[in-house]
Amino acid sequence: MSHAAAATSSASRGTPITRSSRDRSERLVKSVLLSFALLSVVTTFSIVAVLGIEAWGFFTGFPDKPGIGLVPFLTGTEWSPLLGGEQKFGVLPLVCGTLLVTVIAGAFALPVGLVTAIFLSEYAPPRLRMVLKSALEVLAGVPTVVYGFFALAVITPALQRVSDAFGTYNALSAGLAVGIMILPIVCSLSEDALRAVPQSLRDGSSALGGTKFDTSVKVVLPAALSGIMASFLLALTRAIGETMIVALAAGGLAQMTMNPASQVQTMTGFIVAIFTGDAQANSVEYASSYAVAATLFVMTLALTLAGTAILKRFREEYE
Amino acid sequence: MTTMTSTHTNPTTATTPGADAPISIRAAGFDGFYGSFQALKSISLDIPRNQVTAFIGPSGCGKSTFLRWMNRMNDTIASARASGTLTLDGEDILARSVDVVDLRRRVGMVFQRPNPFPKSIFDNVAFGPRLHWRHSRADLEDLVEQSLRSAALWNEVKDRLHASALGLSGGQQQRLCIARAIAGGPEVLLMDEPCSALDPKSTASVEDLIRQLRTAYTIVIVTHNMQQASRVSDRTAFFFEGSLIEAGQTETLFTNPKSKQTEDYVTGRFG
Repeated sequence: MSHAAAATSSASRGTPITRSSRDRSERLVKSVLLSFALLSVVTTFSIVAVLGIEAWGFFTGFPDKPGIGLVPFLTGTEWSPLLGGEQKFGVLPLVCGTLLVTVIAGAFALPVGLVTAIFLSEYAPPRLRMVLKSALEVLAGVPTVVYGFFALAVITPALQRVSDAFGTYNALSAGLAVGIMILPIVCSLSEDALRAVPQSLRDGSSALGGTKFDTSVKVVLPAALSGIMASFLLALTRAIGETMIVALAAGGLAQMTMNPASQVQTMTGFIVAIFTGDAQANSVEYASSYAVAATLFVMTLALTLAGTAILKRFREEYE
Repeated sequence: MTTMTSTHTNPTTATTPGADAPISIRAAGFDGFYGSFQALKSISLDIPRNQVTAFIGPSGCGKSTFLRWMNRMNDTIASARASGTLTLDGEDILARSVDVVDLRRRVGMVFQRPNPFPKSIFDNVAFGPRLHWRHSRADLEDLVEQSLRSAALWNEVKDRLHASALGLSGGQQQRLCIARAIAGGPEVLLMDEPCSALDPKSTASVEDLIRQLRTAYTIVIVTHNMQQASRVSDRTAFFFEGSLIEAGQTETLFTNPKSKQTEDYVTGRFG
């Protein structure tokens, strides 16, 4: 200290900050930052661990009851955990319900979103583009419970006017509402991918005599294809995991059907039913929700990984 | 330097270059604007068929703008407009009635940076032909081969026609863009600083190619590089601040310019 003080000739500079105190505060900052970063990692792993442990218990057995087993769970075609009589834990009806709603949502949102994205990126004059983009942002900000309400109050009655086959709860209504919900995801991510295509490629195409349509469809779209695919996968992941809309509008009966007019229960819908219903904690049906959640997690994780991998390849394509 | 004759590709044209050569593109009193800014001022210039005409001049002198009017690429810029005369084989390029798609088939363009599509080599070259005609597969394959041969690229890529064009080197990509531009069967090739993004070796190969191509095409090349202009062109036009200062035989313009400004520029005193 005295050595350092001697080096400062002018008194007005005050007490020098020593290297050791600097290092101390640097270390402190670093450990605070690290602990915050660890918090999110630990949270994520805890969730996965809880899911895994509880699901494992469901498969291997309980103190008073035998386990269900992984293979019967994954291949069983009947799901009736709550009804009186024999409980059946085959997850396929729930998977089927989830897929049906997702397919309907995708069939609506992917083409509509992609065409909108092409229009926004290649055709729309700047002002119209701004208006449409803000409309999409509003759509993206609507709480999903409102979409669920919209499905029950608007889409379902409209479907019932078309055909008697539709009940109060049906897969088509829920699927369309989920489709509207994921539309902004498809649209804005696809538009990003299209706009990332260098202008020089558009110039190259029009200099060869390509019309705007030729350029959009034969050059820009193929060049952005991997980004578009990634947007599709991410949107479908959201559709698979969507809960509130299907809990409200899809119904509560798990069945193996691809009929859009019938009611279905999705994996997320079942989990909501268990936790909001009167299933006893530590009962088999309660534990089954963890197994369903773990299955759902594996499915969405796979899609997310696929989406990220495609997006990464797409980024490497240009410079 | 030797001047190219065009007898073996176009027997009806005169064999002496210069003022008597048939005119491909003619500008007379041509003005070009971006909004209220006049980028080109009363340009009058004849571009003879089957010769290489180089546009030189400092950045912002209007040479690239002028080039982009010749195939109406400026149509994509809302504020761009032009007046005066600009014709291709006597037909008005600027008229509203002009079929821009057909004009661009007749007037090909090569850009500053190679811009191959992220498709196969084959699909890049076949892009123009597929837009304009229906071909049998065999005809299309012939056309792609011919175009790649004309662009001096065939031997390098014939074994990987269906590999991505993005795997080629910069010089190869630019020659691919030239092959792509000539596959549609243009009369004129516009080249906007085609070598500025290339290394010296690739530049040399593209320059060789330009000299070969003039037997079949009318070429207009914009360049910042005066050595390049003197190496590849038959005629040179010097632009400065939107005006055409001087145009003539390349050799004359470089060795015995009429204008003081041209002399200063070509001798490197400014620009």
